[in-house]
Formats: sequence, C-alpha cells, structure tokens
Amino acid sequence: MSKQYETVIGLEVHVELATKTKIFCGCSTEFGGAPNTHTCPVCTGMPGSLPVLNRQVVEYALAVGLAANCEIHQYCKFDRKNYFYPDNPQNYQISQLYLPICHDGWVEIETAAGNKRIGIHEIHMEEDAGKLIHDEWEDCSLVDYNRSGVPLIEIVSEPDMRSADEVIAYLEKLRMMIQYLGASDCKLQEGSMRADVNLSVREVGAKEFGTRTEMKNLNSFKAIARAIEGEKNRQIELLEDGKKVVQETRRWDDNKESSHAMRSKEDAKDYRYFPDPDLPPVVIDDAWIARVRERQPELQTEKLARYQKEYGLPRYDAHILTSSKHLADLFEETVKLCGQPKEVSNWLMTDAMRLLKEKGQEPEQISMDPRHLADLVKMVGENVINRTIARDVFEAVFTENVNPKEYVESKGLTVVRDEGALQSVIEEILEKNPQSVADYKAGKQKAMGFVVGQTMRAMKGKADPAVVNQLVKELLEQR
Amino acid sequence: MKILELTALELGRKIKKREIGVAEATKAALAQIRALEPELNCYVTVGEEQALIQAEQVQRKIDKGELAGPLAGVPAAIKDNMCLEGMATTCSSKILENFVPSYTAEAVKRMMDQGAVILGKTNMDEFAMGSTTETSAFGETKNPWNPAHVPGGSSGGSCAAVAARECFYALGSDTGGSIRQPSSFCGVTGIKPTYGTVSRYGLVAYGSSLDQIGPVGKNVKDCAAVLEMISSYDKKDSTSIQREDWDFTSALTEDIKGMRIGIPKDYFGPGLDSQVRDAVLMAAKVLEEKGALVEEFDLSLVEYAIPAYYVIASAEASSNLSRFDGIKYGYRAKEYEGLHSMYKKSRSEGFGPEVKRRIMLGSFVLSSGYYDAYYLKALKTKALIKKAFDRAFEKYDVILGPAAPSTAPRLGESLNDPLKMYLGDIYTVSVNLAGLPGMTVPCGKDKKGLPIGLQLIGNCFQEKKLIRVGYAYEQSRSYEEPELAVRVSESQKEEHEGERSAGGEV
Amino acid sequence: MTNRISDETIEYVGILAKLELSGEEKEAAKQDMGKMLDYIDQLNELDTEDVEPMSHVFPIHNVFREDVVTNQDDRENILKNAPEQKDGAFKVPRTVE
Repeated sequence: MSKQYETVIGLEVHVELATKTKIFCGCSTEFGGAPNTHTCPVCTGMPGSLPVLNRQVVEYALAVGLAANCEIHQYCKFDRKNYFYPDNPQNYQISQLYLPICHDGWVEIETAAGNKRIGIHEIHMEEDAGKLIHDEWEDCSLVDYNRSGVPLIEIVSEPDMRSADEVIAYLEKLRMMIQYLGASDCKLQEGSMRADVNLSVREVGAKEFGTRTEMKNLNSFKAIARAIEGEKNRQIELLEDGKKVVQETRRWDDNKESSHAMRSKEDAKDYRYFPDPDLPPVVIDDAWIARVRERQPELQTEKLARYQKEYGLPRYDAHILTSSKHLADLFEETVKLCGQPKEVSNWLMTDAMRLLKEKGQEPEQISMDPRHLADLVKMVGENVINRTIARDVFEAVFTENVNPKEYVESKGLTVVRDEGALQSVIEEILEKNPQSVADYKAGKQKAMGFVVGQTMRAMKGKADPAVVNQLVKELLEQR
Repeated sequence: MKILELTALELGRKIKKREIGVAEATKAALAQIRALEPELNCYVTVGEEQALIQAEQVQRKIDKGELAGPLAGVPAAIKDNMCLEGMATTCSSKILENFVPSYTAEAVKRMMDQGAVILGKTNMDEFAMGSTTETSAFGETKNPWNPAHVPGGSSGGSCAAVAARECFYALGSDTGGSIRQPSSFCGVTGIKPTYGTVSRYGLVAYGSSLDQIGPVGKNVKDCAAVLEMISSYDKKDSTSIQREDWDFTSALTEDIKGMRIGIPKDYFGPGLDSQVRDAVLMAAKVLEEKGALVEEFDLSLVEYAIPAYYVIASAEASSNLSRFDGIKYGYRAKEYEGLHSMYKKSRSEGFGPEVKRRIMLGSFVLSSGYYDAYYLKALKTKALIKKAFDRAFEKYDVILGPAAPSTAPRLGESLNDPLKMYLGDIYTVSVNLAGLPGMTVPCGKDKKGLPIGLQLIGNCFQEKKLIRVGYAYEQSRSYEEPELAVRVSESQKEEHEGERSAGGEV
Repeated sequence: MTNRISDETIEYVGILAKLELSGEEKEAAKQDMGKMLDYIDQLNELDTEDVEPMSHVFPIHNVFREDVVTNQDDRENILKNAPEQKDGAFKVPRTVE
C-alpha cells in the first residue's frame, strides 16, 4: 500500500430507555414473555388506535442530552418515518427528523492517544420495532410485537472518530453516562444498546470525506472493532483497485468476519417523513430543563474527582471504581456503612476484580450485598479475623452472597487470642523442634520465623500474628 | 303511534315516560331497515340480534333509573369507520371485510353509555375517500329522495339512513365535508365539530389532522343533544381538546338578534347552481328578518383550499393506510411470492381505485425531492387559510353559505372525473383545514325535488353560535322527509302495531 | 398537462406505497396524478415566503401519559383477526433469504 489512509467514523447508537411502559401505550416493556403478550391495539397498529406519549421518555431523553452537553430543541415534534416491514406494525415508525429533542452536544473520550471530544449531532426519541423469528420448518417468519413501541433514543455522533479504539471509548463513555443517569441498562448482548457504524476512508490530508457505508448488526464491542477493521480494509482495497465505494447499508456477519450489502429493489429508502398529526409538539421550558438538571445524578467524571478528593483514592483506583455505576454504587454504599474507603476500595480493586476475571464476568454482574462487604471490612479492622482468612470469607461473600458474620462463626474462623491456648501449641512445637531452639539460642533470628510459621499453620491461620510473635519470642527466651 | 316520525329527542322523551318501549322503537327501525335496504343500501352491517339484546338491557337500566339521559333507548347508526367491539368494521373496503375490533370508539362508547341502541354500521365511501358513497366496496348507497341519485359522501350511509327513517340519528365523520355535504344532499342536519371536540380514538383514520366525528339528525336540536353526548376530553386521543363548554343544548334559543352573519362572496361565484344559491340567500333573508345582521364580504383564498386539502389529506392517508398490509388483520391475497409480493397483491386487490389514487398521490407528494414543493407548501397554505378565517371572525359570529355547489348528482356521474368530484368540496374543505365547526341545515329543494343544504361556519369552539343560528332558522320551516321513507313506514305501521298488541307491553 | 408523470415515477411510487398497478391502472394513474399536480400547482401563486407551515391547528402541546402499566395480556384479541398465525405470533412470508 503506497498511500496512507485515514478512517472516518460516525456512530448511530440506539438505546432502549428504562421506562416501565412503552413510548405510546400502557404496555409493559419487560423483557421476555410469550410472543405478543405485551401488546395492545396501539403497539400492534390496529385501525383507530392512537398514540399518547409517555412523559418519562422525554425526561430520560432530556437527561441524556444534558449530560452530553447538548442544546435542547425547546419546541420539538414527532415525525413519521414510512417504510414497510413486518416488524413495524403501522408500517411507519414514529421518530423525530425535523426537530429532534437534543442537538449539537459532545462527550469527551479517553484513549491511549489522549483525550478527545466527540461531537453529538443529535439525539432523538423513537419507538422500537417488534421481533421477527424465522421458522425454518415452515419456511416463514413469525412476528412478535412485544418489543414494538419500546422507547428508544438514537444518539447520532458527528464523524469525529478515527479508529476502533476511539469508537469503543465513545461507546463505553455513552454506556457509562446513560447507566449513571439510570436511563437504560445499555446491554449490548440483549440489544438494549445497539450501534450502527458509518465509515469512510480518505487519504491522509484530504479535506473531503470519502463515500461512507453504514454497518448494521453489531452485537458486541468485539464485533464492532472487527467490523471497523474489516470495512476499513474493504474500502481501502476498493480504492487501491481504482474502484469506488458505494454508499449503502451493509450487514456484518461476525462469524464469517465479513459483511454484505443489504440491497433490494423493494427497498427504496425514501422514508417520506412528515410531522405526525396524532401527536402534538413537546414544549420544554427553561423550568423543565432546570428541573432535570437539578435531578441529574453525579456522573462519572464528577465521581472520579470526588473519590480522589474526598476519599483520597489514587486516580487509577477511582477510575476503575467509577467505570461501572454498579461498582461505584456498591463502593459508596459500603463506605456509608463501615467507613474506611481505602480498605473498601482495596477489596473491590483486587479481590473483586480478580474474581470477576476468573469468572469472565462484568462489574454489573456483582451481586454482593454492601452490608456484607461492610461487615467483612469491620471484622478485619477489629481484628476479629485476620487478613488471610478474610480473603476466603470475601470470596464466599462475593460468590454466594453469604453473611460474613455467620459464615465466620459457623466455620470457627475467629482469631484466637487466648494466650493460654496458643502457649500450649507453641510449647508443643518447640518440643518437636529442639534444633530451632538451639539455633535461636545461637543467635539465628531466622529460627524464630520458622516457629511462628509453624504456629500459624497449626492454628490454621486463625491466630493473631502479633500475639503469636510476642509469645514465641517470650517462650524461646525462657528456654 | 308513528314511532318513526319522531325525532330522537321526542322518542327519548316517550321512552322515558314509558309511552314507547326501547325494544318497540328498535323493532320499528329494524323493520324500516328491512323494508328499505334492498333499495337504498344505507348499511354495511345491520346488527339485528345485538340491537334487540341491547334494547332489552337499556330498557332494564331505564326502568331501574340507571339511565336518565335524553337519548336513552333511542336506536342509532354509526358510520362503518368507527370501531364497535364485536361488530365488523370495514370502512366499506374489501381490505377490512373480516375485521372485527376488540375495542369500541370513544364517541360510540359514550353514546352507548347514555343508552344508545346501535342498529348497525352505515355505508360510506371506501375509507371516507369520496363524495358520493359510490366508492364503497359493498355497493353504493342511494339517495332516499330519489334513488337514481347519490346520497353524497363520504357519510352517505349515515345521512341517507336518517333521512329514510332507518335510524333516529347517526354518527358520521367529516374530513373535508363528509358530514355536511351528504347532509345537504339528503335533507338532514349534520355538524362537524371543532377539531378535537370528539375523540378520534377508534375512528379509522383517513386524514388525521382533519378527521372529526359528528352527529347527523333530523334537526338541530337532535344534533346538539347528540354532540353533547359524544364530545369529551379523551386522554387516549392526544389531539383531544379540553374545552370550556360542552353544554351545546343550552344554545337552543331562537334569539339571534344582533348576531353578525357574513356571506363570503367567494362562495357564490360561477360553478354554484342557481337554485342552490337562491335557496341559501333566501335562508339568509329569513335570518335577517329574525334580527341578525347579514352582510357580504371577501373571505379570500377559497380556490386554494382544495389543492391544499388534497395534498394534506392524501399524504396523511398514504401513511395512515399503510398499516393495511395483510399481516395483522384484514385481507391477504391468496397467491403471492414472498413478502413484498404479499404486500403488493394484498393492497392492490384490497383497495379500490379511489383509495389507490389518493395513496399514490400522497406517497408522491411526500417523496424525496417533492416534500417542500407540495406538502410544506400545503401546510403553509393551510396557515394562510386559517388566518383568513381569523380575520373574518373578527367581524362575524357566523359565516353562511352553501354546503355544496349543487344538489345530489345522479349515480355514476361523478366517478369518471375525479378532479371534478374534488371540486365539489370547495365550500367544505377549508373548514377542516382551519379546524372550525361547520353545520348543514336543510333549506329547501330544487326543481327535481332534491334537498338543498345551508352551511353555517363558526369560529373555533363556537358551536353554540352555529346551533343558535341553525335552530332559529329551522323554526321557520318544518322537517321534510322523502316520500319513499314515509310511504314504507306507513305501510309497516299496521303490521307493526299488530305485533305490538300481540306481544304486549311490559 | 405540465406535469408529465413517467413510467418510472409510477413504478417508484408503487414501490413506496406497496401497490402493484395493472398496465391500464398505470396509464390512468399517470393521467390522474398529472392532472392533480397541475391543479395543485395553483398553490405556487401564493406567496408563502414568511409563512410558518401549520401542522396542528391548535397550539396544544405536552400531552402525556404517566409511565404506569395499564395493559394486561390481550394476545387472544390482538391475534384474532390475523389472516395467518402460529405459536402466538403473526405469520408472514419469510423475511430473510
């Protein structure tokens, strides 16, 4: 390859909002359920049914827009996007084209290359489509409208990203931000967060953008990274061969690691948007915006700063802890119960992270009760159990959510501080190891370490090391 | 007793006084339906059994004092684009021929809550697209005044049924004149309320920003009472409006002294039948004699209402009717290859030519490259038309004019030239564009004996002014019914009365 | 007619609207649409330069429902009009190749 190319990427991210009901009807948004059990005349497009907007959808969209530094269209409207497909019961989707609720914002991302602002072109509200299940047996498709009408926001970025790293950082950033706002759980696997990648390449230094393609069906961060790589290479190859990139929508097949154009003669892509006459405009006054701002929870960047300042945590630790809203919540709730932020942070940073890695889980999947973690921290602080034992207890708390107090009691893991009991154990060890006594007497300090070790082993770790040290020394001296 | 001669309110009063039973009134209407339907075809579906069951239920509630409304027990009909749980709703289209909704339109529900007995669903132009009721997939309705003529449309079935005594009142819907024009052609009274007054929930949409349900009755009084009953602020319809007044019957006074009535000169240009013009101007004179101040003025923009209307209505319709795809309900083609072929075949076989014409036009004006030139331009024109009315209502309480340029045309005359048919909507469509209330009151007949209607237009939320003027005018003349309807009811009377004495009254 | 509707346009609009017109219908549609557009072109006589397009006649806004589940399982009713159904779902021709 003689020429140097630059990849230009913009993202369209769909996020399912965490409302209890659908955007235009009172049907539940609960995931799962037998086909079409969460449906009504409105979300199945029955004749004569009419949409009524769920207020919470606007609240969430506003919250996300404000967090992404967007301007708000204080007069916004819904438009109909017309296209035929069986998952779209009215054969139009209610969306926003002309006056989307939020526009012209940005988020800051952090990659190895440093910090960078990614522009947000707009955020709009719309309804999700139903689900198609393909029936191989009868060679037909089956339509389930349970997801039809679930509220979505679509976050459209500017073409500001230049690499897969930046794309992943941007998505992580959005995901974290939205989770912090409580506006969505943003699970890529379950489809509550979906990203379409718009990508073009151009020669380094070129002013104009190249022709872009839109890539769909990306179900994980890994798939996104692979698709970007694949599409970049495909486009460069085309250009190198003197061919042109065709503006089109492509579908990524992560198993084959390749994509194919989604083209059809019947798919004219002329959506005939027009304002939905069934839905009056939404007017968002300053007071409403102020209310949403006021209610806005502390976001990751703010938490990150506070953890360093208030708890004295190192930036790295604070970053890890705040990288998941769930983890940060667990941390804060635990600290509220037992204080000792550094101690709590250590448990989460080391043991919790290690266990997650072993299990191949995400921080969101931690089910540990903060009360249990707080009890554990307290027990260690009060020397009820020693650190070695505590790590085992932590694992039990982490994996089985056991109550650490009961666990320690039932297993008899409390530190033994009864000097009489310890004394007899040490005496016994000294009896069995006359050589060690001799060595000690001869001035070899190492011998004492051996005796302490033996004692701890005999006590199965339950002895207080400080007490053991003191006693061993005393008893050796006495010999 | 000549039950079928009664107005809805008169019948309601007699039912309340136990002079007439609900079942008796229902049977009388059903008998008239049976006798006249073969000739007129006002109904798509007659729910005889359901009506009789309902009649009994309503009678029981009246007897227990649970229903005391002025229209309790009065049999009525609804246009076949309003959903009624358990009864087919076809919009007079093949594409919906087997559709039975599991929900009831809010307006119909309110009617039934007040004790209406629903006789059936009335015929209409397919999806309310048409001005003659000839585009119905289930055959045209004929005008009871002269069955060689159309009843008008699209609520032709509702208006003809009222005129023919096949019900005591009916609901119609009006997107561009679909209540007012057939009311004029059938010699009955009809009101198109201010947009947002009657819930659209359960009304199968044609042009959502223009559609409004309204009453059709034998006189203004009945219509005012029906409107009062069906109007509501409905949370299921986001375009529903929380009005300040719903008490339309309180406006039923003859006193119109000092009311300012404007006659738009633009409504009396060439193209208006001279007999219609004379009858309408004569009516204006009557009102003047009753103390109203009547003067002519220039409304302006009248000729632009039709093109703007057809762009907006067709565009909305193209989107509203895309849900009819052969998947969830309605007609699916028998033979097709794959999904898109199924869509195309089902829709092409299921929709009639007029509906297809408007869907094609609507899809075109919204398509890429044309949206601004057509759709946006039409929305701007709509804004100008609204402004012209605003100016007029600074000077006048009510605007008076014809409802249609002519009386009912002969069957088959209108369909060959769609554009010509569209031009017949010239006096009605601007009212829908501006969201205003409008009313038609009979004001005479032409030489052929076909009825002529007077249209009254009010400012937004000023139904009461229309009702006042309409009622005052109505006092100057008596209600006329087509001979056919009267003759049939007369011939049935004996038979019916025999039945009654045999069955006895509870 | 100043507006001449081509075969391609009719074909294209047919794809958008999912209507399959017969040869005869296509010819009629070309005529009808051309005539209607000629007629609609009258609107160009109006100066609408500074006019805001009006989609809703009344200035109502912010019509909301609260986020409360009001609907129960109604599958039987939802499916009962379906031309074809299977396993509680609407059955359609295969959507992917």
